[in-house]
Amino acid sequence: MTSLAPGSGPTDLQAESAPPSLPETVLDEAQRGETHADGHAAHPDLRLFGLATFLVADGMTFAGFFAAYLTFRAVNPLPEGSSYELELLLPTINTVLLVLSSVTFHRAGSNLRDGNGSGCRSWLLGTGVLGAAFLAGQMVEYFNLPFGLTDNLFASTFYALTGFHGLHVTLGVICILIVWAQARPGGRINQQDHFGLEAAELYWHFVDGIWVVLYGILYLL
Amino acid sequence: MTLASPSDFEPQGLQPQGWLKYLSFSLDHKVIGLQYLVTGFVFYLIGGALAGVIRTELASPISDFVSRETYNEVLTLHGTVMIFLWIVPVVNGAFGNYLIPFYVGARDMAFPRLNAVAFWLIPPAGILLISSYFIAGGAAQSGWTAYPPLSLTTPALGQVIWILSVLLLGGSSIFGGINFIATIWKLRRPGLKMMQLPMYCWAMLGTSILVVLSTPVLAGTLILLSFDIIAHTGFFNPALGGNVVVYQHLFWFYSHPAVYIMVLPAFGLVSEILPIHARKPLFGYTTMVYSILGIVVLGLIVWAHHMFTSGTPPWMRLFFTIATSFIAVPTGIKFFNWLATLWGGKLALNSAMLFSCAFIVNFVFGGITGVALAQVPFDIHVHDTYFVVGHFHYIVYGGTVFIIFASVYHWYPKFTGRMLNEDLGRLHFLLTFIGFNLCFAPQHWLGLNGMPRRVAEYDPAFTTLNQVSSIGALLMAISTLPFLINVVWSAFRGEVAGDNPWNALTPEWLTTSPPPVENWPGEAPLVTHPYGYGIPEGQLDLKVTTGRELWTGGRR
Amino acid sequence: MAIPPTLITLLVGMVLVLTGLWVGQNVQLLPLDASANAPVYDSLFQVLFSIGTILFLGIAGLLVFSLVRFRRRRGDRSDGVAIEGNLPMEIVWTAIPAIVVLFVGIYSYDIYERMGGMTPLNDHGAMHGMAMASDSSAAADGGTQQARVWAGIGQAGSAGALPVELTAMQFAFIFHYPEGDITSGELHIPANRPVELRMKANDVIHAFWVPQFRLKQDVIPGQQTVLTFTATKPGSYPIVCAELCGPYHGGMRSTVVVHESDAFDAWLTKNTPAPATVASAPLHPTA
Ligand code: HEM
Ligand SMILES: [Cu+2]
Ligand SMILES: [Cu+2]
Repeated sequence: MTSLAPGSGPTDLQAESAPPSLPETVLDEAQRGETHADGHAAHPDLRLFGLATFLVADGMTFAGFFAAYLTFRAVNPLPEGSSYELELLLPTINTVLLVLSSVTFHRAGSNLRDGNGSGCRSWLLGTGVLGAAFLAGQMVEYFNLPFGLTDNLFASTFYALTGFHGLHVTLGVICILIVWAQARPGGRINQQDHFGLEAAELYWHFVDGIWVVLYGILYLL
Repeated sequence: MTLASPSDFEPQGLQPQGWLKYLSFSLDHKVIGLQYLVTGFVFYLIGGALAGVIRTELASPISDFVSRETYNEVLTLHGTVMIFLWIVPVVNGAFGNYLIPFYVGARDMAFPRLNAVAFWLIPPAGILLISSYFIAGGAAQSGWTAYPPLSLTTPALGQVIWILSVLLLGGSSIFGGINFIATIWKLRRPGLKMMQLPMYCWAMLGTSILVVLSTPVLAGTLILLSFDIIAHTGFFNPALGGNVVVYQHLFWFYSHPAVYIMVLPAFGLVSEILPIHARKPLFGYTTMVYSILGIVVLGLIVWAHHMFTSGTPPWMRLFFTIATSFIAVPTGIKFFNWLATLWGGKLALNSAMLFSCAFIVNFVFGGITGVALAQVPFDIHVHDTYFVVGHFHYIVYGGTVFIIFASVYHWYPKFTGRMLNEDLGRLHFLLTFIGFNLCFAPQHWLGLNGMPRRVAEYDPAFTTLNQVSSIGALLMAISTLPFLINVVWSAFRGEVAGDNPWNALTPEWLTTSPPPVENWPGEAPLVTHPYGYGIPEGQLDLKVTTGRELWTGGRR
Repeated sequence: MAIPPTLITLLVGMVLVLTGLWVGQNVQLLPLDASANAPVYDSLFQVLFSIGTILFLGIAGLLVFSLVRFRRRRGDRSDGVAIEGNLPMEIVWTAIPAIVVLFVGIYSYDIYERMGGMTPLNDHGAMHGMAMASDSSAAADGGTQQARVWAGIGQAGSAGALPVELTAMQFAFIFHYPEGDITSGELHIPANRPVELRMKANDVIHAFWVPQFRLKQDVIPGQQTVLTFTATKPGSYPIVCAELCGPYHGGMRSTVVVHESDAFDAWLTKNTPAPATVASAPLHPTA
C-alpha cells in the first residue's frame, strides 16, 4: 500500500521520530488474498437482507397504528349507540384464505427450487387467486359495514388499519402476478436466479403475519 | 450470486464526468455524500435566514417585524428545515455515505441505486416545503411538532404540504438507514471484525437502527393527521371524539429518537477526529461501543419526557423521568472517554480540534440542562419555555453543528485534495463559539423567568437579554462568511494536501485525495487497529519517571 | 518544592465542590416564589444547579487544562502514549453518573410527591370534585366524559379549596367562580388557601403557566384537568399561555391577583352579580 507515503500538509508529522506512530499491524498482508482476484467490489447479494430491514420498518408503522388503536380503545369512550362489535364470519374466512395463501406461496418456492417451473407457476397462480379473494372479501365487508369512515373513532381506526393492510395485499397480488409472468420458461426467474420470487414470498408472509395480529386485535379483542 | 460494482453501473460517457456528476444521478457513494453535504448546507443557509427573521422579530418585545401568522410560518419552517434538511441529511447522509464504505473496506454502499434515490428525494421535498410559504394561506403554522388540534385548524394546504414533505424526507431517511445497516453489518471486507470498525460505523449502525424503528411510526402518525385534515376523520380531533395526547405519544416516539439520530453520528465523527489530532488511541473502545448500544435502547423508551405537562398519568411520569435520567450514564461514559483520549496526547489545536472540543463543552452544558429537564417537577416550570430552546440548541447546534464544521475541516483535504486555511478556520471558530453562547445562554434565564417559546411578543422586562441573544445570532450569521470564503477559495487555491495530511490510520486516508471511483487504486486495506496511534507503553523511556515527562515523551 | 499530584487533585476537587455549592446557594436565577410549592421547587433547583455547576466546571476545566497542557509544541512530531483504555477507571466514571442520576431521580421524586404530583387523579376525591363542575363541562364533551379527570397536579377535591373553573380559548383565559357565579378575565385568589383550578379548553391546546408559582399544566380540549395550588404571597403575577395556540399565542396572557384573605372576600362580594347579571371584573381584550 503506497498510500502511507508522507503527506505534505501543514501539520505533517512525518519525521525522524515518526515510526511508532504507524504500527505495522495496520495492513495485514496475510488477509489480502481474500478479496476477489480482480480487487473489485463484487459482493454478496444483500437485497433480501435489505427487504427484511424494510419490512421491520413497515412493521413499525403497523405497530404505531395498533398502539394508537389500543390507546383510543382504552381511554376514549365511543358515543352512544356505537360499539366495537364486528361481524366475524367473513373476516374469519378471509383469515383462513390468507394463511392458506402463505402455504401455497411456500409450495411455489420449493417447486421452483426443485426445478419444477410449471408447478411453481400453478402454485403462484393459486396464491394470487387467494389474495384476490381476500381483497374481494374485504370489499364485501366494507360495503356491508354499518359505519363509514368518519362516523366515530373506532370506524376511522378500523378503516385506516384494514385499508393500510389492504393496500399491502394489493401490492402483494401485483407482485405475485409479476413473478408469475417472470417465472415462465425463459423468463427472468428460474431455478438459479429466483430473487424476485423470494422477495415476494418474504413480503407475502409479512403481510400475512400482520393480518393475523390485526385480526386478533381488531376483530377478536 | 454477486452484484455489480458501481463502475459497472456507470459506463464512461453516459454518466457525466467532472463537476457535472455532482448534479447527476450518480451511484458513487462519495459523490452522493458530497451531494448531501452541499444540499444540506444550502438548506442550512435558508434555515439560518429564517432564524434571522425570528431573532429580528424578538429584538423588540412587540410584534412589529412580520405578521403574527408569518412569524409562526417562519418558526415552523425554521425547525423543519434545520432538523430534516440540514442536520439529519448531513450528519447521516453526507458523512455516512462518504465514510462508511471506506471504513468497512467496500467499494460502495450495499445498495448504490437506493442510495441515489434516497438523496434525490431530498431536494424536491425541500423545495416543496419552502415553496409552501408562497402559496395562498402560506406554510404550516403549527411548529415542527404540528400538534393537533392546532394543526387541524391552521390553513390546511400548507399543513398538508408540510406533511408530504416530511413523509418524503422520512422515506429518504429510512432508505438511508437500511443501506447503512446492510453496509456495516454485511459488507465488511473479509477479515474485518465488528469490534475493529472505526467508531463512526457503530454510531451509524445505532443511528440507523433508530431510524428504521422510529421513523415509520412518525410516517403513520402523519398519515393519520392528514386524514384528519383532508377527510375529516377524528383521530386527533377532540371535537370528533379523538385524542390529541395519542398524537403526542406517537410523534415523540419518533422525535425523541430523532434527537439521537441527530447526535449519535456526531458522537461517531468526534471519535474519529480526536484520536488523530491528539495522536493517541481512542480511549475505551469497547465501552464506547456498549454505550452507543445503551443509548439506542434507552433512546427508544424515554419519549414521554416531552409530555410531562400533557396530562400523562403519574406512574408514566415517574418511569420516563428515571429512564431519561439514565441516558446520562452511557452519554457520560463517552465524554469521559474523550477527555481521557485527550489527556496526555499531543493536541494539535487546529480548527477541527477546536470545534470538537467546543462540542464537548457545549454538549456537556446541554446534557446537564437535559438531565434537569428530565425531572418532572423541574420540567413543569420550564416546559415549553425558552429554557428548552436553550437546552436543545446547546445540543443540536453546540453539539451537532459544531461537529459538522469540525468534520468539514477534518475531511476537506480528503474531499478536495486541498487544505482549508487555518487562520480563516480559527476566525470562523471564534465567531461561532462566541456568537453561539451569546445567543443561547441567556435563553435559559429567560425561560426560568417567564418567557414561553414560540411567541412573537413578550414581556418588555425581557428586552435586554433578547437583544443580547439577537446580537449573538448576528455574530453566528457573520461567522459563516469566513467559512464560505474559506471553502470556496481553498478549493482552488488551498495548499495541496497530499493523501494523508493528518497521518491518520483510518482507511479513507490510505488512498489518494480525492479518492478514485473505486476508493483505492489497489485492494482495500485491512485496518484492524484504526486507532493505533501513539508510542506503545513498552517503548516508553523508563528512565523518565514523572508523569509530566511521560506525557511529553521525555522531551521537556 | 513539589506538591504531590494527588494533593493537588484533592484540593481542586474540594474547591470545585465548594464553588458549586456556593453557586447553587447564592446565584438567584428564579423569579419570586409566590406559591406553597415554589420553595420546594427552588430547593430542587438549587441541588440541580450545584451538581450541574460542579460537573460543568469540572469537565470544562479538565478540557481546557488538557488543551493547554498537552498542546503540541512547535517542532514536536511525536505521538502521545498508546493507552487504549483502563477498565477500573471506566467503571468509576460509569458509576459516578449513575449514582448522581439515581440520587437526583429519587430526590426529585420526593419533591414531586411533596408538590402533590403523584396523587392519582381518578380516585373518589377527583371524581367528587368533577361532579360539581360537570354542569359546565357537559356541553363541550357531549356528556360522555365528565367522570374522567385526566392528570394534573395537586390533590383534587382537597378540603376547603376554592373551586375556580378555567376555560382557555384562542386567545384568552376565562375564569369562572361557581361559588358566586363570577366570570372574570383575571384570576383573583386568596393567599394561603388552596385553589382548585378545573381546566378545559375550547379549541386547541393551551397551557396555564404562572412562573412565580412554578406551575404549568396543559389545557387540553376534550380532557378535564385539575390543578391545585396554594398561593402564599399577595401581589399580581403574570399568567402565560405556554403552548403554541395560534397567531396571537404570544399575546395570550392574563394576571393572577393574590389577595389577603379578607381582601379576597371583599372582592368576591363586590363582584358577585346581583341576580342574573354577568361579569363585572374587567374582561381582558383578546389581543
Ligand atoms: C443527556 C441527555 C438528554 C436529556 C436527559 C434530555 C432531556 C430532555 C427533556 C426532558 C426535554 C423536554 C423538555 C420540555 O419540552 O419540557 C428535552 C427536549 C429536547 N431535547 Fe433533550 N435531552 C438530552 C439530550 C438531547 C440530545 C442529544 C438532543 C439532540 C440531539 C436533544 C434535543 C432535544 C430537543 C430538540 C428538545 C425539544 C423538542 C421540542 O419540544 O421541540 N436533547 N430534552
Ligand atoms: Cu427527548
Ligand atoms: Cu394559548
